[in-house]
Amino acid sequence: MFDLLREMLSYAFLLRALAVGVMVSLCSALLGVTLVLKKYSMIGDGLSHVGFGAMTVALALNVAPLYVAVPVMIVSAFLLLRLRQSSRFSGDAAVAIISASSIAVGITAASLAGGLNTDVYSYMFGSVLAVTREDVILAFVLCAAILTFFVLGYHRIFAFTFDPDFADASGTHTRPFNMVFALLTAATIVVGMRVMGTMLISGLIVFPAVTAMRLSRSFRGVTVTAGVISVAAFVIGMIASYAFSYIPAGAGVVLANLLFLLLASLVGRLRKTG
Amino acid sequence: MLKVENLSVALGGATVLENVSFSVQKGEYVCIVGENGGGKSTLLRAILGQVPRAGGTVTLTEGKIGYLPQQSTAGADFPASVKETVLSGCLGALGWRPFYGRAEKEKAERVMKRLGVWEWRERSFSRLSGGQKQRVLLARALCAGENLLLLDEPITGLDPLVTQELYQLIDQAHREEGWTVLMVSHDVKTAVTVADKILHLGKTVRFFGTSEAYLASDLGIHFTGRCCEHV
Repeated sequence: MFDLLREMLSYAFLLRALAVGVMVSLCSALLGVTLVLKKYSMIGDGLSHVGFGAMTVALALNVAPLYVAVPVMIVSAFLLLRLRQSSRFSGDAAVAIISASSIAVGITAASLAGGLNTDVYSYMFGSVLAVTREDVILAFVLCAAILTFFVLGYHRIFAFTFDPDFADASGTHTRPFNMVFALLTAATIVVGMRVMGTMLISGLIVFPAVTAMRLSRSFRGVTVTAGVISVAAFVIGMIASYAFSYIPAGAGVVLANLLFLLLASLVGRLRKTG
Repeated sequence: MLKVENLSVALGGATVLENVSFSVQKGEYVCIVGENGGGKSTLLRAILGQVPRAGGTVTLTEGKIGYLPQQSTAGADFPASVKETVLSGCLGALGWRPFYGRAEKEKAERVMKRLGVWEWRERSFSRLSGGQKQRVLLARALCAGENLLLLDEPITGLDPLVTQELYQLIDQAHREEGWTVLMVSHDVKTAVTVADKILHLGKTVRFFGTSEAYLASDLGIHFTGRCCEHV
């Protein structure tokens, strides 16, 4: 396995994809713990579909994809959070409506621009070839920002996730926290979309947190475990995809995550009975 | 130490509280009673500044509030240890610091030992029984506050024995450590025996005075159900 990894690292494009992927995996796992516990998992899913719509529209209009995707996704992130909180609209219905509409817009734009070409395909399912130097820099900046936020804000994030009413009464106001989370999630999805694909990126947010919750009972334990599992699953998925060329990178990573989840469930169950 | 003057709150267009005025002196034990929908929880939330006030003022002259919310919103599988939960009570003391210092950790340990939850410190909060959870949340409230406890129906859903234990813990904090207590309760019969004063709320203050005076009042006789015992 290590020989394979060394061989992979000799390709510059794979090195870039691995670097971006490892950093995005870490970010999404950290954000995922809070998103899953607050029952916001579907927001990641909704946002990735919005990302697909925005990217294909940008492709059709021949503008740089990020210039369209970033503002559209930030607006959608706030919108999704707002809909989630309002009682007038059922949250998961709102996510489904936004997801389906975004894909419809994206497919229409792609078909107007000459059908589902390889670019569109790579947005959907990810491509390790598409990762540029700028993506690596972007991922690094994002990762640094999220790590700083989590280390310095750890106790506030715990209180905000565990009991927002109490956190609010203790002077940690929930509204700005919600916004920061929406913003960071949107950014993580934009950066991770290239490697993982819009259809699979939300798995990176949900899987590690759910797996870690099978193994640990404390918030600190779950946060750390989720980060470690996420990075490990990404590296294993990439190696598998390199070794068996029929496994696409994004799919390999999600399957590795699924394997970890099944193993963790087994361990959790054995521990309970044993 | 706490003064509420002409407080009004409207939620979603409906007036929930109107012209509520009362004050709590240092060391008092006050129970807020009243019918459902009378604005009891809203009053606590308005004191904490969690709901917008339509008018009036709330003044806290000294100390800091420790709050025990009506129910924890955390899900059944939320990964949080008892220790993490109690320590999160010290959140307000963090200020601009990112981490808890020795003072907060010692305070949490002291409170946990006193409330008998120290042995559970590594256990999962969400797997405790209802009564154990309330004990832990009371510990968190004692960490958060300095001398004023705001409790929102702390005994809801607990069995009689556990209810009694929790009342004793609150009473202990009140008598032995001088905590001022402001508690919303639907258990009016116990409320009149434990509290110095009763605040009967029904959109506005319908009664505010000592427990003895409340028991003697028409409202008190009616609401504690003693009117029907004679019939």
